[in-house]
Amino acid sequence: MAKQRVMIVGGGLAGLSAAMQLAEAGISVDLMSLTPVKRSHSVCAQGGINSVNSVTRQQGDNEYLHFDDTVYGGDFLQHQPPVKEMTEWGPRIIDLMDRLGVPFNRTPEGFRDQRRFGGTLFKRTAFAGATTGQQLLYALDEQVRRWEVEGKIKKYEFWDFLGPVLDQNGTCRGCIGQDLVTMEIRSFPADAVVIASGGCGLIYGRSTMSMVCTGSAASRAFRAGAKYGNGEFIQVHPTAIPGADKLRLMSESARGEGGRVWVPRKPQDTRDPKQIPEAERYYFLEERYPKYGNLVPRDIATREIFNVCTYEGLSVEQDRLAVYLDVTHIPRAVLDQKLGGILDIYEKFQGVDPRETPMKIFPAVHYSMGGLWVDYERTAEGGLRLGSPRNQVTNIPGLYAIGECDYQYHGANRLGANSLLSCIFSGLITAPGLANWIKSVPGGAAADQPSSLFDSARRQHQQAHDALLKRSGGGENPYLIHQELGNVMTKAATVVRRNDVLQEAYGTVCELAERAKRCSLSDTGNWTNQNVVFTKSLLDMFPLAKVIVKGALQRDECRGAHFKPDFAMPGLVATDPAAHRREAEAWCDRFEENTRKWLKSTVATHVEDGDPVLVYEDVDTTLIPPRPRLYGLVGAEVIEEVWNQRQVAKAAAGHDGNGAVGKGAVKATAAG
Amino acid sequence: MQATTNGHSSHADHDAHASADGHGHSSHVTEFDVRILRQDGPGNSSYWERHRIKREADMNVISVLQRVAAQAKTVEGQRVAPVAWDCNCLEEVCGACTMLVNGRVRQACTALVDRLLEDSPEGIELRPMEKFPVVRDLVVNRRRLFRALEKVRAWIPVDGYYDAGPGPRVSPEQQQQAYPLSECMSCGCCLDACPQFNKLELERNEGETDEQFHKREHETYDTHFVGAHAISQVMLFNNHPTGALNAGERLDLLTAPGGIQDCGNAQNCVNVCPKKIPLTTSIGRAGRATTLRSIAKWFGG
Repeated sequence: MAKQRVMIVGGGLAGLSAAMQLAEAGISVDLMSLTPVKRSHSVCAQGGINSVNSVTRQQGDNEYLHFDDTVYGGDFLQHQPPVKEMTEWGPRIIDLMDRLGVPFNRTPEGFRDQRRFGGTLFKRTAFAGATTGQQLLYALDEQVRRWEVEGKIKKYEFWDFLGPVLDQNGTCRGCIGQDLVTMEIRSFPADAVVIASGGCGLIYGRSTMSMVCTGSAASRAFRAGAKYGNGEFIQVHPTAIPGADKLRLMSESARGEGGRVWVPRKPQDTRDPKQIPEAERYYFLEERYPKYGNLVPRDIATREIFNVCTYEGLSVEQDRLAVYLDVTHIPRAVLDQKLGGILDIYEKFQGVDPRETPMKIFPAVHYSMGGLWVDYERTAEGGLRLGSPRNQVTNIPGLYAIGECDYQYHGANRLGANSLLSCIFSGLITAPGLANWIKSVPGGAAADQPSSLFDSARRQHQQAHDALLKRSGGGENPYLIHQELGNVMTKAATVVRRNDVLQEAYGTVCELAERAKRCSLSDTGNWTNQNVVFTKSLLDMFPLAKVIVKGALQRDECRGAHFKPDFAMPGLVATDPAAHRREAEAWCDRFEENTRKWLKSTVATHVEDGDPVLVYEDVDTTLIPPRPRLYGLVGAEVIEEVWNQRQVAKAAAGHDGNGAVGKGAVKATAAG
Repeated sequence: MQATTNGHSSHADHDAHASADGHGHSSHVTEFDVRILRQDGPGNSSYWERHRIKREADMNVISVLQRVAAQAKTVEGQRVAPVAWDCNCLEEVCGACTMLVNGRVRQACTALVDRLLEDSPEGIELRPMEKFPVVRDLVVNRRRLFRALEKVRAWIPVDGYYDAGPGPRVSPEQQQQAYPLSECMSCGCCLDACPQFNKLELERNEGETDEQFHKREHETYDTHFVGAHAISQVMLFNNHPTGALNAGERLDLLTAPGGIQDCGNAQNCVNVCPKKIPLTTSIGRAGRATTLRSIAKWFGG
């Protein structure tokens, strides 16, 4: 049998951890990346990586609570077994990264230090300054370089993934790539292809994501038949620095270390913020969410900041939207030691020292919770069966997806500091499954497949490329179309979503998709032609943009990052206790009805030149039954009481033999 | 999909990012010129080109290059191919967008137009890095920089990736010493500014395969000066409790041809490092460590 290989597309945390572990298992790896892997977008992650640890454990924390925070934070929209497995691996993953030399911050005694992040009540987050993503990525980059020297991994940097190669049975046998320097298009036979290409923020024009995060690789897999899950769930990070070329992240760790969000009570108060007395400041997150304060989950922080600026008119500036994020009360030495990296970014790009002056920040598109649909194999206990080739595989056999470009771990909203964990975890867990898959690929090794399979796929991509270069006329400018797409997506499908706006946006996206086909290139050469590469990735944004907008339009509810005011479930208004109680009952009825209807993953299939087909798939919630997210809602206590009584009654009536419902009810009291 | 039936929503005016666009446009609407040194490919001669850009608030060199790409027309009105450049994160943490901005090697993303025009009101000048072969325009080939990390074995050689408990205890002082070195983003500023680091440009021979070419490339790189970034990485890994187990091997690699002895102590590296990494401190420490090691070796240690 020919020597077998795995192709990994993308060299961020997910791709590198998969590559590293495959190499350890003796499997040869090719790694294709648009950029040198050390420059992947993972490098931008700032705040930290979550897991239960020895300190939080003594405060009553455990893996189950991390699991619960993740699914509760994600509004129950994720299959629970992969999340359970991830949180159980968390402590071991941090240990591994520690061993690989990540310079995690230390306590005086030499242990790893921890901080608190949004959506949790424990100091569960390990961090390396405010550049945790950079440090984790470098540790993995170093290990992969080590394997490269050993000859086990071969990197193809500055290569673009053009699409998978499928055989007549629909099994993935490799992929087609293009060298971004020479523009050579080449086929890569592979016994499995793993897409680890990150998020798709550039569909929104500007976001906190890096310039390679166009979603093109995921879109090319989608166009080749891979299904796409929960596309409409895009996280808008509450705090970013607005900029002309991109929106720069201001990590949640600024709030985790005690940063406070506020606006002056007087609209557009012109005083120096430091001169505004406490009493004239509106700490709106602390007032509305006393328990979590500035560390409410991201979807809630985002919406509150958006509301206070738009509906309440309290933006700190007249002509643009922003609130203060204030760390000036924290000692300088602490700031430099724990937040130096992110505060430097603010200072570099805004020319103002945030240690002295409150930062001006506003929400920005940040993370794609949705992504390529992937499978998993669960155990009876509700975890993952390790080594199963089904883990992380798309609906195309042999084509896998991991990291931000899969839809698996975050549901409707991602908890801060869980992305690094999910990326490394999905990379690590895929490797043993892949090892088993390549042992028994139906039809033998990719290298033994007829060369005609690869030749014809290569030729198709070559023809498409040549046609794009030769196309004369049309006159559309790809950069300007991208701006228009970004504007319509940002307006329609970010913080607040309304059906009329979404409906119109869908029409506009379809028109732009047609116009994009008439783009004329200003560079028709075949050497480092960034113009044609960008145009191709622009064309690939439309299928995903349609999935996002159509998914948002059809989902008539509020869930996590997806907020439709027309379908919101407001708090209780009655003051009379009996009426209050009746309202709470009605609220719970409505919640249950909504859960029955909408607690489903959106699964999209591509239709060439048509509307994507969306179907809805049930979510595995067998471990933690869904319960209302009641952060800050008026009447939350009564709703919770009614809800818990119902769960107890259900359990008593034998609706759930394994007692999971009862456990969930107890949990609701603890965390609600 | 049904056609739109509803009218505009007043809400639509409050989009999440309208803010950044509407900021400060009115104050000074003016134009400025950017001069770019272009080169169509390796071996081609370079030429200057001038583009005129509308000045907007909060611009950096990246947004200037984005405007250049979108208009693809010189100041003389000639239609040209967009300028090629390298960038990714735009937050000065990925290391991709290094170039010479007004003669100084730095990241294009943190090069703010307002500041640049304060210093040179006549316009902005962009050139590719000088010590790396030009691929096209402002894009250069920095493979040599990564090869240096292979050469000095810049990693922690752990036993494996199975669960083996936590890493070694590390004092906060040790962590604070390691952390800045670990922020090196392989951008190449230190190399471009270094008088001992000379440009190496290899051409591919007729009939040479990828593997053969890269092997020859590595052999050439390995005998020329390794650079401050790699020396600093040796100190990072030699000071880690696990990395220290292989400290001697890294020091030996650091005294092989092209090693630390080629450093001329010009100190340019530390002056241009965008991450303020104490490169000369690392070089000093590495120098002492290699000296001690060679003395120890003389005495059979």
